[in-house]
Amino acid sequence: MRRRREDEFTAHRHVYEPHAAGLPPLRSYVRELWRRREFALELSRTRLRAQHFNTVFGQLWLVINPLLLAGVYFVLVDILRTSSRGTAFFAHLMAGLFAYYFVSNSLREGVKSVTKGGKLILNTAFPRALLPLAAVITSFMRFVPTVFIYVPVHVIAGLPFGVHLLWLLPIVVLLTVMAAGLTMFVAATQVYFRDLSNFLPYVLRVWLYMSPVLYYANEVPDRYDWVLTANPLAPLLTAWSDVLNAGHAPGLEPMLLGTAWATVLFVCGALFFTSREREFAVRL
Amino acid sequence: MQSASDQLSIRVADVSVTYRTSFERAPTLKSTMLRLGRRERVVREIEALKEVSFEVEHGTVLGIVGANGAGKSTLVRTVAGILPPTEGRVEIRGRVSTLLALGVGFNRDLSGRENVVLGGLAAGLSREQMAAKYDEIVDFAELGDFMELPMRTYSSGMYGRLAFSVAVNMDPDILLIDEALSVGDARFRRKSFEKMRELCGQARTIVLVSHALGSIVELCDQAIWMHQGELRMWDEPEAVVDAYTRVLDVRDDVVTREDV
Repeated sequence: MRRRREDEFTAHRHVYEPHAAGLPPLRSYVRELWRRREFALELSRTRLRAQHFNTVFGQLWLVINPLLLAGVYFVLVDILRTSSRGTAFFAHLMAGLFAYYFVSNSLREGVKSVTKGGKLILNTAFPRALLPLAAVITSFMRFVPTVFIYVPVHVIAGLPFGVHLLWLLPIVVLLTVMAAGLTMFVAATQVYFRDLSNFLPYVLRVWLYMSPVLYYANEVPDRYDWVLTANPLAPLLTAWSDVLNAGHAPGLEPMLLGTAWATVLFVCGALFFTSREREFAVRL
Repeated sequence: MQSASDQLSIRVADVSVTYRTSFERAPTLKSTMLRLGRRERVVREIEALKEVSFEVEHGTVLGIVGANGAGKSTLVRTVAGILPPTEGRVEIRGRVSTLLALGVGFNRDLSGRENVVLGGLAAGLSREQMAAKYDEIVDFAELGDFMELPMRTYSSGMYGRLAFSVAVNMDPDILLIDEALSVGDARFRRKSFEKMRELCGQARTIVLVSHALGSIVELCDQAIWMHQGELRMWDEPEAVVDAYTRVLDVRDDVVTREDV
């Protein structure tokens, strides 16, 4: 017998029943999520504002931070190398860092989104996925200014402009999807293991070293190929550099692999989060 | 809400809530591993509600009394859709606004304004609706310029005033209030009691959890008494409060009657 599961958060008639599989009715869940998108937007906006409100440079940090970051890693890589690299490499490094930090900032920002949601979670019924998704939006808002920082470097390095750059759009979409899935996953895990947020920065650091950001993907020695194979971000970052730095459309393989990774991580993260979220109120 | 079948605002049918919670203050990976090493489990099952059933008709004010830990807050959270029932079924008609255990402020570093707006948006209101209500909320809470300051600068009275003001000004069809009337100074208490009376007078469904038995009798049309997760009694407020105080052995003394 199939019982009709009514909408969970809808405006005028609610039915709350035990959920056998732990998953809320997905269709109404998504609809409610969409209806409250303003909340996620507002939350990330306020958070962004709060983070930089009291500092001397204020919102300028959104530009200074990534610039310093790129500078630090360029010096680092330059010291480690015997031969010094040109501006094209700097452009690759910068673009890669910004893309990588878009994903890693989502995780950093979102890992505590549920555990810090305290009273809101205890006192209001709403799709909890909004909290980690707001973190992804925050991270995206930090990513947008970096695009403008990158453009002059691209010009100075003499890298080509053209239609092939349109490939960046699907790559950014895939990065967002992947970031959303992973952020939901870590946010839900953090509820059960509160020390995850202490590990996370180190995991993210190692992940950066395993990604084709501080080096070109094709420079990796064969015996370390598995590092890139095992890294979900590697295909997308390879494609990213292909488009921006090599100036041609990405290969079919990295795009397909990247799409597969993003889909798998998103579905797993979202299912894990939503199947667990009804428990959050008693776990906080 | 015209047809006869729509007369019910809240229908709680055989609802049980059991949840597992851990003893640990903050569950960590380390403690989990240590525990696995010692092969012990710290998860404890808590039967917060046991087969509770009741109905609330549209426009009724229902009071809930009971000792601490009797399941009152769990019941209200279940009705609000925050905690899923383990068994049974909860049916709600209308938009619910909750004022549970004092708190709009979920982020103490954000200003009162930001907290209020975010709370409203999370509850499913639109930005326009929130903008329309915002002034009313601030006026009622009498917080003025404090709205722009981070909530960590608020006194607990201001906190409570804001929470109360948000909940009652949301124009909900169903208002759930959990021990929140006794906030602020004497004057504000008087004012919130008046506001409650005004709300109770309107055709609005209200569920009111309170230890102030006097206000239960004065405000409610019906009352239920929760005892150790079970519904002990469901009757007129006077009868319920009488029975409850008899068991509590506190009599009608001033302390329990007084105050909201």
